[in-house]
Amino acid sequence: MRPLVPDPVLSVANLRVSFGQTEAVRGMSLAVARGETHCMVGESGCGKSVSALSVMNLLPRGINRTADHIRFQGQDLLGMSERQMARLRGDKIAMIFQEPMTSLNPAYTIGSQMSEVFERHRRAARSQAMDRAAELLARVGITAPGMRLGQYPHQLSGGLRQRVMIAMALMCDPELLIADEPTTALDVTVQAQILRLLQKLQQELGLALLLITHDLGVVARMAQRLSVMYAGEVVETGTVAEVFAAPTHPYTRGLLDCIPVPGKTQTGEPLGNIPGVVPRIPPGFVGCGFRDRCTLATPECAESVPLRDAGGDHCYLCRLPPDWKRATAA
Amino acid sequence: MSAVVIAQDVIKQQLPARRRLPAFRHLATLLGALIVGAALLVAIFAPYLTPHDPFAQDLNLRLIPPVWMDGSQPTHLLGTDQIGRDYLSRLIYGARISMLIGVLTVITSGVIGITLGVIGGFYGGRTDDVVMFLITCRLSIPLILVALTVVALVGSSLAVVILTLGLLLWDRFAVVARTTTMQVRNLDYIAAAQAAGASRLHILVREVLPNIANHLVVVATLEMALAILLEAALSFLGLGVPPPLPSWGLMIAEAKEYMFFSPWVIMTPGVVLFVLVLGINLLGDGLRDLLGADLRR
Amino acid sequence: MRLLLFRRLSLAALVCLTVLVVSFTLTRVSGDLAASIAGPNASAADIAIITKNYGLDRPLVVQFLDWAGHAAKGDLGRSFLYHVPVWGLIRDRLPVTLTLGLTGLAIALLVALPLGILAAVREGSAMDRGIMMVALLGQAMPGFWFGLVMIVLFGLELQWLPISGVETWQGYIMPGIVLAFSAIPALMRLTRSGMIDALAADYIRTARAKGLSRAKIVLKHALRNAAMPVVSIAAVQLGFMLGGSVVIESVFALPGVGYLAWESITKNDFPVVQAVVLFLAVIYIALTLLADMMNALLDPRLRG
Repeated sequence: MRPLVPDPVLSVANLRVSFGQTEAVRGMSLAVARGETHCMVGESGCGKSVSALSVMNLLPRGINRTADHIRFQGQDLLGMSERQMARLRGDKIAMIFQEPMTSLNPAYTIGSQMSEVFERHRRAARSQAMDRAAELLARVGITAPGMRLGQYPHQLSGGLRQRVMIAMALMCDPELLIADEPTTALDVTVQAQILRLLQKLQQELGLALLLITHDLGVVARMAQRLSVMYAGEVVETGTVAEVFAAPTHPYTRGLLDCIPVPGKTQTGEPLGNIPGVVPRIPPGFVGCGFRDRCTLATPECAESVPLRDAGGDHCYLCRLPPDWKRATAA
Repeated sequence: MSAVVIAQDVIKQQLPARRRLPAFRHLATLLGALIVGAALLVAIFAPYLTPHDPFAQDLNLRLIPPVWMDGSQPTHLLGTDQIGRDYLSRLIYGARISMLIGVLTVITSGVIGITLGVIGGFYGGRTDDVVMFLITCRLSIPLILVALTVVALVGSSLAVVILTLGLLLWDRFAVVARTTTMQVRNLDYIAAAQAAGASRLHILVREVLPNIANHLVVVATLEMALAILLEAALSFLGLGVPPPLPSWGLMIAEAKEYMFFSPWVIMTPGVVLFVLVLGINLLGDGLRDLLGADLRR
Repeated sequence: MRLLLFRRLSLAALVCLTVLVVSFTLTRVSGDLAASIAGPNASAADIAIITKNYGLDRPLVVQFLDWAGHAAKGDLGRSFLYHVPVWGLIRDRLPVTLTLGLTGLAIALLVALPLGILAAVREGSAMDRGIMMVALLGQAMPGFWFGLVMIVLFGLELQWLPISGVETWQGYIMPGIVLAFSAIPALMRLTRSGMIDALAADYIRTARAKGLSRAKIVLKHALRNAAMPVVSIAAVQLGFMLGGSVVIESVFALPGVGYLAWESITKNDFPVVQAVVLFLAVIYIALTLLADMMNALLDPRLRG
């Protein structure tokens, strides 16, 4: 799938990752434009985290990735050596993770962990790095940054730790921030704060944000574009406006049906539900990964699935025509 | 106190190395089993295997070298010691002593340690505090010194050595039994048994013990190896098994005076001792992997 | 932190006391002490005199309190053999044993730490298995025999090192290596498992995502977390080494506390034996206390 984005910050084409008897990612493609938030949405196990780690080449030892290309600002990441990649990580591309409780080293202070990124990539002195760290802590809304620098991770709450992670990711002014479910492990009230923070920072700094989530509400609030993933593939992609207005792939429709919409959903009206679970795809699998859970599946779905255009930047991976909902409703 | 630290050490030592290649593991375990099995057979059938009486002295045949050196005699395959006793025969009977000590010590220390550990782990609270205190005290005792002292006072004999070591080497049993019991205690089937009105003793014996047995078997093999090494050290220092019994440690001590002239005299019992202990350790490691005695689960 | 220290100290004192009582009782009860002192040729009258002289006919508790009272004031009694204060004997021999123990620990750490880290970083590889095999071999090696073999090899055949005694610093090398061998397996395994755990942690993934160098990730981030149990075990191993110095010192004829203890045991010089047991127990307990304190220092979470 090759959505048209002019001069993307990140461009991935046909990424495939497999380990053991599972194909985790089966031909994922996406593009993130400068200063834009692009959400990867999907249930657990659909391959979104693996995709993100593949971009950064942070997969565990022994797991291999292939792709037609992975490019960051035109630079090829796929063939890059580990040393070259390490120079980009933390500097131009930053990543934050889901579990703020365990993502920071308990043995070192906040300040030390933040400053080391700056020292490493900018060859700066400790004091310079610490100043920058304090500045960023303030930026992410942490009070008394000077004191925080000397504290240890266990002295901070989950929400604070995630703010620290964000601040740490921004130390070297990255062009792209990849956030893997940054709010999932946090309390609901804190979630909203963190998302607001990310949005604000992104606008102020002109960051490109690749946000991974399973929550469509987050997508609606934060993103300009989204890619819906299922069983290792992008099944639908486009701008948020396009996809939310006219969700075409049966899975996307199913996801949206599951969410109550204030003003539209009547009380007592049953919420939609997609029976079944995300399958584990064995090697050599052909056809649509969703067919076992899709009410509209036909025998052809087991053979090949075409990439169809739904207008503008909106495309999806299904044999159904774009207006199938209207046809069946009528 | 730092029995907790020790416990961590023991637990970490119990963890199998991850991603170890199965082939290598099985080979090593097999080797260990073979060695231990051979030692057992030699120990049991010693009287039928020895070419000579291990206690028979012949001062005309002193310090004859083994077959692969000059001056050897075919009737004494591994030569003779400093008072003419056949080395091979003494080695074979030495296996008997080592295995006997290993097994009996482990039984003694096992009974003590497992009882303490299970009680502490199951009842928790004050009882557990007492058990931990006892373990800490035991660990603070300089082992070899106390063993030497007791043997010196009571007099060296096989029985004294077994009893002394048995009464001293129960700490690892206790620690592992305690930890595993604590893990098992919280599982559902224990609560179910209690709800069904089973007596405490019944639960301990029928529910807890079978589930911690795997770990204890592994500890038993390691303790056996340790007991054999300790007995050898005690005998080497003259306060273990008394002469003329052919303990390997004692044989090394007796050979020490001659080691500068005939170095091979200290080699054979040492190598055999090393191989046996290595075999037991290999077996223990392999059992740990096979029985899935991973304390972290 | 202060409350922690106080509780630890009181517990340590209690353990110490228990050990003393146990060893005291053992020596008095295991056999007739007076008979042992008097020797095999003594008559009943001789034994009676000795019993009276050394106060061995008093109740056990009284004997213990008497000894403990003196010990608290620093008077550990007089040696039956040498007729000099026990404390003096121990003090003279202490430097040798301490040097030996520290040498052994240093060698053990120098070998076990790098190998453990290497095995963890290359987990599952042939190098990892090889290193673990070395640990296994070390565990099975009878220390006293290893010492003798080394003496024959390096002292006699190759003549690189002295065969006994500590006139020169080279005299500490072989016994130090033998001693180290007893501690290396445990330290190596612990380092390895600690590093494997640390390297699998989330914060390592964060460190990699920050683009830090491999060396920095292993040595700064992982090692610090893996080091905690290693440090405390190292202190404990030192305690074991000091306790087990008896064997090594006899093999290499080193004039240390261990050799003194062995001598005293074989010659029934029980005031010395009692004092050495006290001494070693106190050192061991102090070391474990130190280990706890170091743990607290290294892990900010334990500082409360």
